[in-house]
Amino acid sequence: MGIEEKLPSGVLLTTVERVINWARKSSTWGATFGLACCAIEMMAAGAPHYDLGRWGMEVFRASPRQADLMIVAGRVSQKMAPVLRQIYDQMADPKWVLSMGVCASSGGMFNNYAIVQGVDHIVPVDMYLPGCPPRPEMLIDAILKLREKILHEPLGANGRKMLEARTARGDVPVVAPGAMPSSYRSDSERRKEWEMAVREGREEQLRIENWMKDGRHLQGGGRW
Amino acid sequence: MGAITDSVKGFGVTFAHLFRKVVTTKYPFEHPVAAPRYHGRHILNRHPDGLEKCIGCELCAWACPADAIYVEGATNTEANRYSPGERYASVYQINYARCIFCGLCIEACPTRSLTMSNEYELARDSRSDLIFTKEQLLAPLLPGMEKPPHPMWLGESERDYYVGALADPGTAAGAERSPSYTAGPEGDET
Repeated sequence: MGIEEKLPSGVLLTTVERVINWARKSSTWGATFGLACCAIEMMAAGAPHYDLGRWGMEVFRASPRQADLMIVAGRVSQKMAPVLRQIYDQMADPKWVLSMGVCASSGGMFNNYAIVQGVDHIVPVDMYLPGCPPRPEMLIDAILKLREKILHEPLGANGRKMLEARTARGDVPVVAPGAMPSSYRSDSERRKEWEMAVREGREEQLRIENWMKDGRHLQGGGRW
Repeated sequence: MGAITDSVKGFGVTFAHLFRKVVTTKYPFEHPVAAPRYHGRHILNRHPDGLEKCIGCELCAWACPADAIYVEGATNTEANRYSPGERYASVYQINYARCIFCGLCIEACPTRSLTMSNEYELARDSRSDLIFTKEQLLAPLLPGMEKPPHPMWLGESERDYYVGALADPGTAAGAERSPSYTAGPEGDET
């Protein structure tokens, strides 16, 4: 891409990589790509109750040139597909794609000739978010996971080589970046619990166990 | 003159908002409580002795409007028993890239094996990670439960299991209220 392709590998690169990735993950502006019902939840996530502004991304840019993250919110019809690709091509590098909702991720329940069976047929997707539509918390969770992924992205050709070497050595984090639920990652105790569970391969059981133990769904259900 | 008083009035409204109660929720630092019957991630429940409730009948897969569920049944033998009765699910997969969380599978399930939790943090970076296998979906082993395969410990036939489930459902999170549940201060049945 630019200067990062020519940087030497070594200590300097890892530090630069950290700083650049930190800058990149902070305040990723979204390209408006609301196509269906998921867009309503996306708007709700930007509004005061959920407030994506806490991560500096309450602005959804109508102009792709100023956007870093395309949130494909809704089912993509065959007719919309070339438009989606054009918007993606117009976005400036570095850019990421979040496929919001099952329709964008795989076609969902619309398994027919009119709907593209997953936007990854058209653009590379960095994060898949299930749900029909996903609630705003799920979108925030997906964005936070994507931010974690961006933070661990290798920088340039040498960075990719170093990452390969690290992976070959087995020097990788226990939990892959972007795999831990945000409510676990933001709490140091629960984070340790999750890491332990991943080592034992029972993280999904842990999630259900904690949910049953809390039993908050049995106590009148919050603000409802 | 009117312009000045108007703008004072206007900015006054903005300024007054500083002293209002903040409406923003603190997710992810505080986990919000979903509605009691919120349709979240599925659970495959267990009988009180640890045997699986799923009998591999595929009714959930047939009910699914998005074709998100894949089940492969197999026959229980005395040496290799996973569920009471004749059949069990040797393969059970839910594709969360397709699942629309409508809950028709829950309605279709004849043994209350499949229920839903309120967990929703499901985003992953690959489509294959979104296909949850039986190992991931099965409920955790609570105290007193033994990992199958093992013989039926709660009775002679599967009938004893289903009659017994009225008093002791095992894990049935999200489906029945457990007998130990007592109403909270706000009362139950919201």
